Amino acid sequence: MTTRKDAEHISILQGTLDLLILKTLVFGPCHGQGIARNIRRQSEEVFFVDHGSLYLALQRLEDKKLISAKWGVSENNRKARFYSLSAKGREHLTEKTSEWRRLTRAMALILGGAAAPEGEEG
Amino acid sequence: MFRRKRSAKDFTDEVQAHLQFEADELEAEGLTQQEAYRRARAAFGSVAAAEERFRLRGRVQWFDNLGRDFKFALRQLARNPSFAAVAIFVLTLGIGAAMAIFAFADAALLEPLPYADPNRLMSVNESSASTPRWPLSYPDFVDWQRMNKSFSSLAAYSGTGFLLRTASGLESIQAERVSGGFFRTLGVEPIMGRDFAPDENRLGGPNVVLLSYRTWLNRFEARRAAVGSTVDLDGKAFAVIGVLPPSFSFGPAGNVEFWTPINSLSFHEHSRDFYSFWGIGRLRDGVSLQTARAEMNSIADVLQRQYGTRSFNLAASVVPLSEVIVGDVRPSLMALLGGALLLLLIACVNVGSLVLARSESRRREIAVRAALGAPRARLVQQFVTEGLLLAVLGCLGGLLATVGFIRLLGALVPKDMSAKMPFLEGVHQNLHTCALAIGICVLAAILIAATPILRLSQQRGRDSLVEGDRGAVSRFWRRMGSNLVVVELAIAVVLLASGGLLARSLYSLLHVRLGFDVRPLATVQISLAAGAGVGTQYSEILRRVQQLPGVQAAGLTSRLPVQCDCNTDSIKVIGKPELVGENEVDERHVSPGYLPAIAASLVRGRFFTDADDSSKQGVAIINASLARKYFPNRDPIGQRYTNTEGGHLSTWEVVGEIEDVHEGQLDVPAAPAEYFPLQPTIERGFTLVVRTAQNPAAILPSITATLRQIGDGIAVSNEITMEDAIDSTQAAVLHRFSAWLIGGFAAAALILSVVGLYGVIAYSVRQRRREIGVRIALGAQRGAIYALVLTQAGWLIGAGLAIGLFGSFSAARLLRNLLFGVSTRDPLTLSGVSALLAIVALIAAFLPARRAASVDPAEVLRAE
Repeated sequence: MTTRKDAEHISILQGTLDLLILKTLVFGPCHGQGIARNIRRQSEEVFFVDHGSLYLALQRLEDKKLISAKWGVSENNRKARFYSLSAKGREHLTEKTSEWRRLTRAMALILGGAAAPEGEEG
Repeated sequence: MFRRKRSAKDFTDEVQAHLQFEADELEAEGLTQQEAYRRARAAFGSVAAAEERFRLRGRVQWFDNLGRDFKFALRQLARNPSFAAVAIFVLTLGIGAAMAIFAFADAALLEPLPYADPNRLMSVNESSASTPRWPLSYPDFVDWQRMNKSFSSLAAYSGTGFLLRTASGLESIQAERVSGGFFRTLGVEPIMGRDFAPDENRLGGPNVVLLSYRTWLNRFEARRAAVGSTVDLDGKAFAVIGVLPPSFSFGPAGNVEFWTPINSLSFHEHSRDFYSFWGIGRLRDGVSLQTARAEMNSIADVLQRQYGTRSFNLAASVVPLSEVIVGDVRPSLMALLGGALLLLLIACVNVGSLVLARSESRRREIAVRAALGAPRARLVQQFVTEGLLLAVLGCLGGLLATVGFIRLLGALVPKDMSAKMPFLEGVHQNLHTCALAIGICVLAAILIAATPILRLSQQRGRDSLVEGDRGAVSRFWRRMGSNLVVVELAIAVVLLASGGLLARSLYSLLHVRLGFDVRPLATVQISLAAGAGVGTQYSEILRRVQQLPGVQAAGLTSRLPVQCDCNTDSIKVIGKPELVGENEVDERHVSPGYLPAIAASLVRGRFFTDADDSSKQGVAIINASLARKYFPNRDPIGQRYTNTEGGHLSTWEVVGEIEDVHEGQLDVPAAPAEYFPLQPTIERGFTLVVRTAQNPAAILPSITATLRQIGDGIAVSNEITMEDAIDSTQAAVLHRFSAWLIGGFAAAALILSVVGLYGVIAYSVRQRRREIGVRIALGAQRGAIYALVLTQAGWLIGAGLAIGLFGSFSAARLLRNLLFGVSTRDPLTLSGVSALLAIVALIAAFLPARRAASVDPAEVLRAE
């Protein structure tokens, strides 16, 4: 929908990086660089992940046992630390996703006036 | 569960892997390997920064939060300065009092005596049925020393006095005669010079002295040459052979300036039944107290059989030396410590309930923060920070207050007494008190922080958002707050009851029938130099003093009343069997004018006259106790009894009987006492007692001046009024000390608990305004509203009183050693205390009740 110039990255909202990482991992284990790349591509290059923050977030999620990490070998035979979603992480993701939906809907209702996307008066 | 923390190396590896992937991708897009790697690095940003952030992760956040919480807590306190001030003041008071008392208790009871291996030091004496510690006679001491196997060393000491010749005339000073090995037994060595040598300890040895450190400083200007110089004591030259260390003091001896060996004995001291020496001993390794006691008892028994001194019925007493030094003050200190801890508890509870009340009014804030996603741990951390901040501020205040309190308490102890309690010099902050301070602060912080945390877990944040300030009273706080107030009230009752009992004891003590007129008396201690004309000096002293304006009468006595049942004499009534172990009576030598001057009342017979002197047959005046005990149902006048004055049997005829003059300490009953005419040729030290028309303190300087005019052979000391002399006796001081302090604690506790009660009731009324408004609107009378509030208060007060009175019984039992002339369950005290607390508490509850009754229903309901 938006016409995007190359430099038009949006910094990721505080607290949402965790959610993005978890979502990325739904599709299977991935290493840090892969996660960053996926977030960038999936957001159509809007979100540009700060790598320092990324690895800190990964560590935080690991500490909370929402994801687990293991050293492995990639398809092109490089050693990498692979992250995968834990059951707890999956649950957390579901919960946070619905929370996020409610939030964005409410934001849209206010910002977009009556022309809120999908459904009105709840 | 516990996982090894991820290493920094592992993290670096991961970053390297990342860069590798990035470079791989760029290379696939056609860049050279080198360029790809460079771009990958550039895209990543600072690797070092990422690694640094990894290393600091967690820590930074925690510090951030702590700093934020701390600032927030400070802001909270600043926003509510009265809350902060009250809380900090209450903590300061509680902690300061507890710490100061503990510092004293620590110095007296916990700190070891300043001697080598003090646990092995024993006080070794004789003991009679009525007096557990009875002095030794010199021959007994020598035999005990020779015969015992329990002690590695046994030594004796005996107080004495000398007239020291100084540049400004004669001065009466305190000295102690000690047997050889006294200092070795204690493990004390002179810092200069040497200890007594064996030949100096033998009878007939040379005149030598050791100086106390203070004496060396004050009288010898701390000159090294002091050792080797001579001093003039009682007109004889004594060689100074050494100086004792500054830390050395020996409580039982008091404020001693000079120490001399026992190398000459007085006439009496040679006899086996003249008891005037005290013993100390060091237990041999491996010998227990019981073993030593048993051995000394059997030795005492053997000697009594051998020398026929069984009439005294003495056993041996072996008790730890520390018992002798601190035993008298232990009950007082324990009581004070208990009182201080109760006060501290009440202070913490009070601050806890203050915090609780405030957390109650912050419920919405907490709920909002919880709803905004603050995890519980963060909320808890916030409260802990606030509690810590309050506790730390309170502790700082407490520490400052401690210094002041210690100084204040120290100043309350009279000088004479503090010399007997050298441990008081050691009252200061040390490891024990620091440990206690930290303990108290941690405890206070926990108490203060725990109350709102408990509250936090009791309730889901969400409920309070819905409930808001309105609706039902928060049941939790009412229950919790009420319980806390009951605890406070109960503690206040315990302290008030203890304070009341102690105050009554003090009152009884100060109103003991003394048998003489205290108010108008001034006293001065006089020592005469040996030599010719001593006899005439007595009459000269009395004549000159009686001529002073304002003096009504004057007399001399060998010992002031109300000091001590010592200087006793063993008597036997002619024609009656000896009472085994009960022949001791107080013996006083008085001038003819003494008994009339102090206004002793004559029961029958007569006072002494100038005609009664030692040249005639002995005459005696006895007191009523002696008459009752030894001459029951008989007129004692004209009766005769004997004693052994200096080993010779003497006979005395009773010429008068007086009402008991209280010779011993206030807290012991009056003992039998006999009065003999003063023997001017023998007695060289005595006390002048002067009856004045005006304030006795005012005449003391002119008495001293007059005495000095008589001649330079007179030393004057201890100028004091009789009233002050009695007030500074140990019994009076200890009772006054505990009564005032516990009374002070009780007053503080009363105020704190009543303020606490006010807080609870006022809060509850504020919360119930709507309910009360509805009640009034529905026709409830004002009286009913008063009843509603006061009933709630009544229950709390009643519960506090009931628990408190129950606790008072136990407290009074613990205090019974300190009570005098009052029962532990004195109904007057207990009912008075209960009434006081109930009235003050009801007044505190009445204020919010009035506010409740004046609620305007229209206003309250409209506000909805």
